[in-house]
Amino acid sequence: MKSRTNILANIDWIIIILYLLLVFLGWINIYSVEYNEETAGSFSFASRHGRQLLWIIFAMIIAGIVVIIDSKFYMYLAWPLYIFMLFLLISVLLIGKEIHGSRSWFVLGGFQFQPSEFAKFITALVLAKYLSSPNMSLKSFKSIIQSVALIFIPAIFILLQPDTGSSLVYASLFIVLYREGLPGIYVLIGFSLMILFILTLVFNKFVVVAGITGIAFLLYFFLEPRKKLFLNGFIIFTLIAGGLAILGLILPGGLSNSVILILSLVISGIIYSALAYIHKLKHIVAIFLFVAGSIIFVFSVDYVFNNILGDHQQKRINVVLGIESDPLGSGYNVNQSKIAIGSGGMWGKGFLRGTQTKFNFVPEQSTDFIFCTVGEEWGFAGSLVLISLFLLLLFRVLFIAERQKNKFNRVYAYSVFSILFFHFVINIGMTIGLVPVIGIPLPFISYGGSSLWAFTILIFILVKIDASRTESL
Amino acid sequence: MKNPFENRKYLIGGLLILISILYVIKLLHLQIIDKSYRLSANNNVLTFVPQFPARGLIYDRNGELIVYNEAAYDLMVIPSQLEDFDTLELCNSLNIDISYLEQKLKEARNYSRYIPSSVVNQISSVNYARLQEKLYKFPGFYVQPRTLRKYSKDIAAHILGYVGEVNKKTISEDSYYKLGDYIGINGIEKSYEKLLRGEKGVNIYLVDVYHRRKGPYQNGRFDTMAVAGSDLTTCFDSDLQEYGEMLMNNKIGSIVAIEPSSGEVLSLVSSPSYKPSLLVGRQRSINYPKLIQDTLKPLFNRALMASYPPGSTFKTINGLIGLQEGVLFPWTSYSCNLGYYSGGVHVSCHAHDSPLQLIGAVKNSCNAYFCNTYRSILDDPKFNDIHDSFENWRKHLISFGLGQKLGLDLTNELAGFIPKAAYFDRIYGEKGWSSLTVISLSIGQGELGLTPLQMANMTSVIANRGYYISPHIIKEPQPAGLERHYADIDSAYYSTIIEGMDQAVNGMPGTGSTARIARIDSIRLCGKTGTAQNPHGKDHSLFIAFAPKDDPKIAISVIVENGGFGATYAAPIASLMIEKYLKGKVKRKWIENYILEANLIDEKQD
Ligand SMILES: [Zn+2]
Repeated sequence: MKSRTNILANIDWIIIILYLLLVFLGWINIYSVEYNEETAGSFSFASRHGRQLLWIIFAMIIAGIVVIIDSKFYMYLAWPLYIFMLFLLISVLLIGKEIHGSRSWFVLGGFQFQPSEFAKFITALVLAKYLSSPNMSLKSFKSIIQSVALIFIPAIFILLQPDTGSSLVYASLFIVLYREGLPGIYVLIGFSLMILFILTLVFNKFVVVAGITGIAFLLYFFLEPRKKLFLNGFIIFTLIAGGLAILGLILPGGLSNSVILILSLVISGIIYSALAYIHKLKHIVAIFLFVAGSIIFVFSVDYVFNNILGDHQQKRINVVLGIESDPLGSGYNVNQSKIAIGSGGMWGKGFLRGTQTKFNFVPEQSTDFIFCTVGEEWGFAGSLVLISLFLLLLFRVLFIAERQKNKFNRVYAYSVFSILFFHFVINIGMTIGLVPVIGIPLPFISYGGSSLWAFTILIFILVKIDASRTESL
Repeated sequence: MKNPFENRKYLIGGLLILISILYVIKLLHLQIIDKSYRLSANNNVLTFVPQFPARGLIYDRNGELIVYNEAAYDLMVIPSQLEDFDTLELCNSLNIDISYLEQKLKEARNYSRYIPSSVVNQISSVNYARLQEKLYKFPGFYVQPRTLRKYSKDIAAHILGYVGEVNKKTISEDSYYKLGDYIGINGIEKSYEKLLRGEKGVNIYLVDVYHRRKGPYQNGRFDTMAVAGSDLTTCFDSDLQEYGEMLMNNKIGSIVAIEPSSGEVLSLVSSPSYKPSLLVGRQRSINYPKLIQDTLKPLFNRALMASYPPGSTFKTINGLIGLQEGVLFPWTSYSCNLGYYSGGVHVSCHAHDSPLQLIGAVKNSCNAYFCNTYRSILDDPKFNDIHDSFENWRKHLISFGLGQKLGLDLTNELAGFIPKAAYFDRIYGEKGWSSLTVISLSIGQGELGLTPLQMANMTSVIANRGYYISPHIIKEPQPAGLERHYADIDSAYYSTIIEGMDQAVNGMPGTGSTARIARIDSIRLCGKTGTAQNPHGKDHSLFIAFAPKDDPKIAISVIVENGGFGATYAAPIASLMIEKYLKGKVKRKWIENYILEANLIDEKQD
């Protein structure tokens, strides 16, 4: 009995209050989406708000169980749970039911269950377990590779379902690695790859390559004190490009501008590298690697985008980047969503009085696009309240993470932060058209049992290990 | 000990704040600064009115317009906008029952209260004009212009297919389609649906609380234009198709004609057929059940789906395989005494000169000759046992496109049937069968099933001396993957078989030519008759042919069910088709009349 009262005393009530507020706000918005004058006042467990209420009740029970279980249990069971989760992720690929084109669901009787939702907290546990092992340091390349593998393995199985949104969530765990000492250079590389990725999709890949080369020349110009040698490089490049252009006029098929550009870059690059080697120029190797690496990346992004990504994913990314505009195609959801949110104005149209969000014109109205209802019925004020609640929750998790004395707890807390952070940023970002439409739910708010329960477990394991942080070290 | 990376928490927290600020600014812009997203203060709403594109037109190979569109109107309803109205008046102006209207309104409500559903489809222009005047009395209802298919010649139903309302299953699988949309259900209309349909557009209107349109939303900034469907040029010749359907009138069977050099399907007749106009618009619900219940199965596409034993037409293929395997030579000679006798098995033959060499055997269609040939293929000592030799023989057949779908760009094609050695193992046991057991395959009887399309395609291979191009029904835009498929028979071997097919048609009278009825004075036609035994009734009459001999423009297969000998019906029909295609008109009126007057359906039913 003593330990139990101890737990209750140590529990972080702020986080629980925030959790309950969000779950409640979620439920009334789901209720509002379904509401219309004809069915007003009726309540049924067959309706979405009815089922969500049922799931909320179960979520409370689950939360209770999670808090009662001994906190060491989560540390010891991390690996067995991880293995079991991989088994489920493989099974769902084989025997799962295909819904909306992806095989992510087990169906038992009337009950549907999505293992990828639960894979998140299990991966967080195993990552915490791995990074808290003795003598672990993210300075060693081997540990970096191993932790990345732990994150990527479930992500890849989920990508195969295919559920691109849920698998991208795992990328957020890089925040955890960063906090635990992943060298900053990796983050920098990752960040520049992301920028290059977007540039490649927005502009022609040859323009991007030319831009990179230009930057490389500039860098080199500032880094190399002997400006004359730089001028030589420029002359070599101009001569070769000119020569190829003339060759293009003579050759029967001609040469396209991009071929001329690439060829002259490659040839002058080789000649210049040789010259640089003779003159012992510094920086040139690093800059050359930078250019070569970027070019390879740009072309592989182009290939992946055109040959590997599905049609609808291509379109969605294109719409966000402003490449294609088709209101009835994939940009349709975003336009509808923006109209709905925009129509809310300052104070919103009021509870149950939204019109745009009841038209069924935006699919996934109560799941992925639930924020539209908030924006329309509660206006800018309501949106601000919801965003603030999430900010409070996220900062509270961050605060809890930093007060942990043992590494397992801290890594787990940071994983919770990263996962919630990613869901929050992507989900709200896509409804206001700042992020591609990646189908992931808004935690605690969106309709859906699997996701609500998984987030509940995620958060309450944190509550539990935080409450018992003083027990053992 | 202080964690060296603790300061990184500031960067992480900073990122969160930065993104949140960005989002709040965006929301501020969307919800407060940019007035365009705000509809007006009094809770206006938007309605989305789809714009339906005209479906693509269909032309025949000579550019003649075959399928086009005619305007029609659908009465639509948006249940949430319904108010009390005079039900009787609406029903009267549409000629529908009140119970029908109530049923439709119920369905519409169940589907969605806000998305339009159709109540009455395909109202004619005349009725529409009458309805238009009263429409203001019925809030919640509006009229949606649509197009209906029209046919300049009421032919080629099995090629063209038809268009109908999309079913619930398709709607759930493809978000393009909404309840009440039309979709190609069969034939070209189905296989080229994506091209023909075009892309729907949408107009977005502001509607006030009384459901009155206040004009386009944001001056049509979010509207999209409908993209008209693409026109298609087909490979079939509508004159030839019409003629073929006429010849097959009152007969059950099929004609498939292919241009060997291109694989273009010149004609594809499945008889009995139906008029495509029967399945357009509101008549479809009346006519479709009738066609389904018809015992002669007019909806069944025999040309692609029915399989028949090829009978003696198959001797050409067995001859080629024998030559290729080196067990048969043009000068190989076998005698025939009214049939083939061996080991207690008897395959009878008709009276003809004996012994014969290969050309003569094709010309006379000698059963004994091909029994001998087939046994020498299967008992060839270079194979370990009959399993190996049989599978080798089967491999040759596969290379002719038999026993598989040819990938025609129409729906519902079937693969026919070529047995594997294992098939006979199951029946007779692994050691329980020999070349003599399966001897009927030598003359195209027994366990063989070829579709009329496959027979025409196999004839194309002979005409091309060694290859076929995937048969296809659409010329423009050209289907992908049209390539030469080589049969694994050296091209040198075809000349002997073709000579035999030439002799079968053009041999001197009295020299045993089996298909002289197919002879055309001005065209060198090569052909081979076949008679397929039919356990359920009278034999089927078969004929394969191509012409002209040295520069083939057409390869054809004809099957007339219960038509008896190949020369009785199939050969003259093939011959008339070839004359019609190559000469434009038919001079041999007596043969034409003989075929047109033949009625095998009433005869059968008597
Ligand atoms: Zn004979």
